[in-house]
Amino acid sequence: MTTKKVKVATVSLAGCFGCHMSFLDLDERLVDLVEHVQFDRSPLTDIEHCSDDCDIGLIEGGVCNSENVHVLREFRKQCKILVAVGACAINGGLPAMRNHISLEDCLNEAYMDGIGVENPQIPSDVELPLLLDKVHPLHEVVKIDYFLPGCPPSADVFWAFLTDLLAGREPALPYELIHFD
Amino acid sequence: MTKTFVIDGKTIPFEDGQTIMQAASAAGVYITHLCHNPQFTPHGSCKLCTVNVNGRNCSACTFPASEGQNVTNISKELNEDREKITQMLFVEGNHFCPSCEKTGNCQLQAVAYHLNMTDNHFPHFFENREVDASHPDVMIDHNRCIFCTLCVRASEQVDGKNVFAISGRGIDKRLVVNSPSGLLKDSALDVSDCAAHICPTGAILIKRTGYSVPIGQRIYDHAHIDAVALASEGEAHDH
Repeated sequence: MTTKKVKVATVSLAGCFGCHMSFLDLDERLVDLVEHVQFDRSPLTDIEHCSDDCDIGLIEGGVCNSENVHVLREFRKQCKILVAVGACAINGGLPAMRNHISLEDCLNEAYMDGIGVENPQIPSDVELPLLLDKVHPLHEVVKIDYFLPGCPPSADVFWAFLTDLLAGREPALPYELIHFD
Repeated sequence: MTKTFVIDGKTIPFEDGQTIMQAASAAGVYITHLCHNPQFTPHGSCKLCTVNVNGRNCSACTFPASEGQNVTNISKELNEDREKITQMLFVEGNHFCPSCEKTGNCQLQAVAYHLNMTDNHFPHFFENREVDASHPDVMIDHNRCIFCTLCVRASEQVDGKNVFAISGRGIDKRLVVNSPSGLLKDSALDVSDCAAHICPTGAILIKRTGYSVPIGQRIYDHAHIDAVALASEGEAHDH
């Protein structure tokens, strides 16, 4: 008898992919994991959209532009359990440190007045998602079911969380695994 | 005969004049707190030490112990209230732990860990607050101030200087510096002052010391704040 594998989707929004790298630090435990898990939409698979019966969505990064909002809403719609992974997903993190500076000043500094800028112009291609005026944590946009703190959360955090969930237990992180840094 | 009251079923001896917090700490019972420090007059502002005394909620750091009190300290309800209070502190300021040099030594963070807090629940204020790096040895990052007034009390009661005060009320309250320019460099603060070292968060920092202990080897990286507080505050109570 074969049991249906649990579908996991992952994405990095306004993040640095550090949480995904940390996830890959599961190393040989990934072999055990794929016995029970099938990856759906994820930078690890290149699948572009979530299938409509995803079980777990792991979201790295906060929400900084219009595309992030659309992707996050797709994940919320397609995933039964949505997980905010890492500091940026939980409180906006490093990208949210721009929240004290106006968007205009940010763009001017990066593309117009910054040291070493050549051919200064603000990017405005229709292909580029529009920036939000502030970077927001995920829970300000959609309902989040679980939070994995850390910058990044260690592989042990992913392991503890996923093994709890796969075993049907309410996930609980021991003290050693709760870190905001 | 020694007077006693009860916390979570445990009999706690006390002397007249002691608060519930003082008697509990002396008896090895930790009550969550941030604005309390046994060295100074209690302030009763953070409300993390809220306990239930004979059916009513009170701040343990200011409420006097008395004979026969029945106190609940650990309960699901009280700890959920404490978690919500801590989350409010996190969203009111700008607490980005990965970029804060106090991380791992921060009592605000440690209380959050202790309460098993993994998210901030509320919408973030993302308020624009200043950094005062004018002093040669000490800096203030107002983003991380939780208005516990420990620096105010330390400066007044230990250093005899009145360098700090809280100005404004409610959401407009701010830590202010007693100097003509309002800057720390023009105040009487010295790096050796108690007030420079008492901050429970990363709001008041000593320059050039931030990473002398690596992340991963810091106070609360492996130890719960209850054990750390009881060990250090137990000593303070004994003196």
